[in-house]
Amino acid sequence: MDLNFTSEEEAFRAEVRLFLAEQLPARIADKVRTGKRLTKADMVEWHAILNARGWLANHWPVEWGGPGWSVVQRYIFDVETALAHAPRIIPFGVSMLGPVLLEYGSDAQKQHWLPRILDGSDWWCQGYSEPGAGSDLAGLKCAAVRDGDDYVVNGQKTWTTLGQFADMIFCLVRTDPKAKKQEGISFLLIDMKSPGVEVRPIILLDGEHEVNEVFFTDVRVPAANLVGEENKGWTYAKYLLTYERTNIAGVGGSMAAFDWLKHVAGAQKKAGKPLAVDPYFAARLAKLEIDLENMKTTNLRVLASVAHGGAPGAESSMLKIRGTEIRQEITALTRRALGPYAQPFVSEALDEGYNGEPIGPDYAAPVAAEYFNNRKLSIFGGSNEIQREIITKAILRL
Amino acid sequence: MDFNHSDDRQMLADTLGRYLAQKYDFETYKRIAVSESGFSRETWGALAELGIIGALFGEEAGGFGGSGFDISVVFEALGRALVVEPFLGTLMAGRLLADRHDLLEQVIAGTSILAFAHFEPQGRYDLTELATTAVRAGDGWVLSGAKAVVPQLEAADHILVSACTDGGLGKSAGLSLFLVPADAAGVTVRGYPMIDGGRGGELLLKDVTLGADALVGPENDAFDGIEATVAAGIVALCAEAVAVMAVLRDATLDYLRTRTQFGVPIGKFQALQHRMATVALEIEQARSAVINAAAALDGDRWHRERAVSAAKFTTGRVGTLTAEEAIQMHGGIGMTWELPLSHYAKRLTMIDHQLGDEDHHLERYVLLGTEAGEA
Repeated sequence: MDLNFTSEEEAFRAEVRLFLAEQLPARIADKVRTGKRLTKADMVEWHAILNARGWLANHWPVEWGGPGWSVVQRYIFDVETALAHAPRIIPFGVSMLGPVLLEYGSDAQKQHWLPRILDGSDWWCQGYSEPGAGSDLAGLKCAAVRDGDDYVVNGQKTWTTLGQFADMIFCLVRTDPKAKKQEGISFLLIDMKSPGVEVRPIILLDGEHEVNEVFFTDVRVPAANLVGEENKGWTYAKYLLTYERTNIAGVGGSMAAFDWLKHVAGAQKKAGKPLAVDPYFAARLAKLEIDLENMKTTNLRVLASVAHGGAPGAESSMLKIRGTEIRQEITALTRRALGPYAQPFVSEALDEGYNGEPIGPDYAAPVAAEYFNNRKLSIFGGSNEIQREIITKAILRL
Repeated sequence: MDFNHSDDRQMLADTLGRYLAQKYDFETYKRIAVSESGFSRETWGALAELGIIGALFGEEAGGFGGSGFDISVVFEALGRALVVEPFLGTLMAGRLLADRHDLLEQVIAGTSILAFAHFEPQGRYDLTELATTAVRAGDGWVLSGAKAVVPQLEAADHILVSACTDGGLGKSAGLSLFLVPADAAGVTVRGYPMIDGGRGGELLLKDVTLGADALVGPENDAFDGIEATVAAGIVALCAEAVAVMAVLRDATLDYLRTRTQFGVPIGKFQALQHRMATVALEIEQARSAVINAAAALDGDRWHRERAVSAAKFTTGRVGTLTAEEAIQMHGGIGMTWELPLSHYAKRLTMIDHQLGDEDHHLERYVLLGTEAGEA
């Protein structure tokens, strides 16, 4: 039993830190740290910086542009970038579609799409959920019918994150309506500029436009954009959902958010003393910190089993549940720390260059909105209820 | 033992409920809540005409209600419709202005609106941590200081302001109340939208010169009145919270019965059934806490304060549970601006940030329990 990283891994951590110190634009890190809105340009800029170093698709094989890192190196990278307040890597192309193409795509598809993911030519979004197919994803209805060299797509996708920026969408579509529901699904790549594609914004409870509905009306998609075999899409979909799981606990993000919470609790005053030393609040902070420390080790234990040849299976459901609960509790406590100043919400204060005088403490502006927005964490990516079902069946065998 | 409201009070609740159902639907709420003024003067006038403001005050103040249960039935009805109009400030300030008959008459008629500006930026939820000062100058007073996150401050014509007239921070002695016209020289109001709709404001007082008649109640001895009016405010907020919880519960139950996944309504899954059962029973516990607090509002100080802190703690705790579970069981659709649900969840969450949160009132309940005079 040795909980330390090796000297090689520590050297790697130093390399990542040096890179971040030199290459992560302070302007962008400052926005992430203070909860300001990132623009598409900010996200594209950070992707380009990572890609220039060869670190953008850090879980891809070397031959396709990956750096050849171990899972532990990837973990270190995730934690260090989060602690440095780097934007997250937008996962749709790099972490979702990329692995599916690498595993199931044709050579032509890999050669065409993978470099375009890396250099930012295509912004991808995900076409999985539908209004009637959420937790029951295999119940999806969006239909693709073969017509000559094309598929003709009709239907609707929803909760399409950042779809308003996207050039392309990877979709699960129904190609055999008569088959068992998991067996009639195909995996199709669709150009968002095709005639018949319409994107409508969904405004969330914090007033933000982050997700969308995407409607398809007689959209013609070249059959060359079918990934793998027709009606085998469910296999690819599941592969996508279980592939990139080393960061599912979001430990780095939670560590950074917890540091910020401690900063806020130290600055907030109760009866003239820092809120962080108030026994009631201190107990909440302590419980959360203990949970986070436990999570870090649970996460590393799962990673270690992968590094030594084991496969991360249903354990990732544990990481997802507890990881998102911890992150939600951090945002809940940050909200609680603000006291009355959690209530004011000046949306423009989250834009870069806003010069208005802050209402209350200068860190207050995004806090309540982030709490409400982060309710999504236990809903998306397979709701925590679905994750518990997976644990019940796959680990507990009940 | 009778847990029914009196006929008069029930009639008031029914009248208000009917009016709001017809005139303050969700679309109306959304329009008013994000509007420039953050409330509707027209609605305020109409509700005054129905007697809703008068119901918040006793006969000695020119009203026809004012008891804990009068307050709770009104705020329950307001909560069900997410009403953002300035009832809380009017209630809390008005209760301390019982001897200002002319002003209260206008308030009850809806032609004058009040705000209660007591809490300060550094003070969190503490009732006594005040830095605002009032100094005698000739016959009158000069006020200086700052007040934090006052609900619907911009709407107010008159602001009831607490200040130290003797002594320093953290003491309940030496506090006095002053009635400040919103347009007095030296008064600055910085308004802003609130995350749960409506508006709030920061009040800055810079050498605000007032006449002798601005002093409300006894000089240096305002604390008891402040504590009692905050208790009424807490009863109001807790009643509002329980109404919001009931709306969230009903909407979630409806969703569990109608949303189909895996070929069945999701309410058929035991994992969700048991969680929903917990939410439902906790809401009943919260309702009981509000009944306890409303009943204690007109009693002695110790029992009153214990009951209101118990209620605010309970509604804070159950409010978070109810809001989070309602969103979670709805899934993505529960996160959207379009659905009323998320707005109720936001309001419920933010009630915990008004007049002391769950932790504040738990601590206060503990401290009250160790006080000597618990006879």
